[in-house]
Amino acid sequence: MAEREKLIEVKDLQITFGEGRKKFVAVDDVNFDIYRGETFSIVGESGSGKTTIGRAIVRINPTTNGEILYKGRKINGKISKELDREVIKSCQMIFQDPMASLNERAKVEYIVSEGLINFGIGKTPQERSEMVQKALREVGLLPEFASRFPHEFSGGQRQRIGIARALIMQPEFVVADEPISALDVSIRAQVLNLLNQLKKSRGLTYLFIAHDLSVVRFISDRIAVIHKGRIVELAEAEELFLHPLHPYTKALLSAVPIPDPEVEKKKKLLVYDPSMHDYSTDKPVWHEILPGHFIYGNQKELAKYKKEIQKG
Amino acid sequence: MAKEPILSAKDIEICFHLRGRTLKPIRKCSLDLYEGETLAIVGESGSGKSVFTKSFIGMLDANGEIINGSILYEGIDIAKYKKEAEWVKIRGKKIAMVFQDPMTSLNPLKKVGAQIQESIELHQGIKGEEAKKLTLEMLKKVGIPDPERRYNQYPHEFSGGMRQRVVIAIAVACHPQILICDEPTTALDVTIQAQILQLIRDLQKEFHMTVIYITHDLGVVANVADRVAVMYAGEIVEIGKVEEIFYDAWHPYTWALLSALPQLGVKGEDLPTIDGTPPNLYNEIVGDAFAPRNKYAMKVDFVKAPPYFDVTATHKAKTWLLDPRAPKMERPKAIQALRSKMKAKG
Repeated sequence: MAEREKLIEVKDLQITFGEGRKKFVAVDDVNFDIYRGETFSIVGESGSGKTTIGRAIVRINPTTNGEILYKGRKINGKISKELDREVIKSCQMIFQDPMASLNERAKVEYIVSEGLINFGIGKTPQERSEMVQKALREVGLLPEFASRFPHEFSGGQRQRIGIARALIMQPEFVVADEPISALDVSIRAQVLNLLNQLKKSRGLTYLFIAHDLSVVRFISDRIAVIHKGRIVELAEAEELFLHPLHPYTKALLSAVPIPDPEVEKKKKLLVYDPSMHDYSTDKPVWHEILPGHFIYGNQKELAKYKKEIQKG
Repeated sequence: MAKEPILSAKDIEICFHLRGRTLKPIRKCSLDLYEGETLAIVGESGSGKSVFTKSFIGMLDANGEIINGSILYEGIDIAKYKKEAEWVKIRGKKIAMVFQDPMTSLNPLKKVGAQIQESIELHQGIKGEEAKKLTLEMLKKVGIPDPERRYNQYPHEFSGGMRQRVVIAIAVACHPQILICDEPTTALDVTIQAQILQLIRDLQKEFHMTVIYITHDLGVVANVADRVAVMYAGEIVEIGKVEEIFYDAWHPYTWALLSALPQLGVKGEDLPTIDGTPPNLYNEIVGDAFAPRNKYAMKVDFVKAPPYFDVTATHKAKTWLLDPRAPKMERPKAIQALRSKMKAKG
């Protein structure tokens, strides 16, 4: 593990909105690394701050405290213009709702090539148009779609346009913010496959944001579970599914629908109650309980989790 | 199945008139609904599952009509209803519907309490203080804490899950016999989804309702349904008990839907997908509608539409694979895995 290159490092990240009395802490004390070539997922319910973290990495949301490093260089807060351009170019984002994230009044050609124009990549319009066609083909669309408008496409096709727009910049790192939540089950499979293929062929690194653990298990290498702006557990995907420790992770897992009526009808739904934690005197810490398996808890809880591990 | 169905749709055909052309989203759909059961209707978007159930409460768009078939409910063929006055007696009162998006199905300008109370006053003829009392009771029943305060709030002050609870409260307030839930949890988080499903189940037991779920997510179906109907291009291609559909499916479309679920996928391998698009419903469909996208299609599928074959008394599928003359088919891996589970139980 030590030799693997850290592409993104997030250290003690805090993001707040508003000032003074209205101040709201959306993300607090978040730490994680994303290694090159892996798919790292953040899972949590709506309002937990998972999207905010993703947006902070691609420099859409300003951060309040802490550091985000990209290839060892700080990319949050005030940075030089050149680095800013580099980050914008090599960290791309795929958005949740393909109905809302494409400019309705622009043709696909412009939507996909806008980044190229901004960065002066491709000298002539012809050259750019060729790049657009290549990108469209790569995501499984026909090159002639370039001359159409977004409303002419179905949800799955629109999401592919969104992916083409991100890919044409030759990014190294892609933030995929719930890219399949708005899609039908059969289309979901297609988009998931496409993301996986592109990861292999381009050596991409993903930050995958989702609320559905079943999808996340299929696509990710490591998973972080976030609750109310705090990461409560982080582990390898299979490890997290086999040995969930934090009560919130367990609650999330119990909510995942399983396509098996036998299992499903016997299942007991767990409900997470944050007031179960007594953090008044015994302050919680971010602790590596097993190699690669991190958890947030105080000493008493950690002791309990350790016992759970020993029991198997 | 000696029981009498409480609602029986027979050979329903629906068409929409659109810019001088005719589109046929429902082609000869039949469905029997039995009292107290939970039936799930599954299919891709555009398969006609919403249109089909909307015809039960006369909520087709103005350019749509039922051109053939009958819907028997309480001994009356409601497919023949033309006037709003006739529908009003059934809609909301006997058959109620919960829509997909709680953001759009509530009136943003009206207080939540008033919206629930409206349905009680309209359908039960109870007015004023008494109706308010019932409204507060309803709010409590759907799990909204502090109903007194919530009664006077607007929809924007509610979260998505809470809003869906309000929509359910409106639908259940007049104790309908049949509750149709059109993708009730698609817009919600997984945790909230599980809670809403539980809520619907509890209410179903309390009010003795029959529930129809419309969804594209087979994971949800496994949780809630007694019976499952799989729809494709305006037809029911397979229908059976939930165990029969999950452990012993016969239609290739059902296989495709099941194996596209990431829960059943093998990490590092591609998920099986359904390539192509559903057929154009403006055109007459020749043969099996699913044939062009079907890996298991045989020659006959492109020429002649298959009839329904009975697998068991409760399970039938519309595929030539069940014909005695059909060759043996190797089912997809994910389906075999589910099937072997069934065998293991004996």
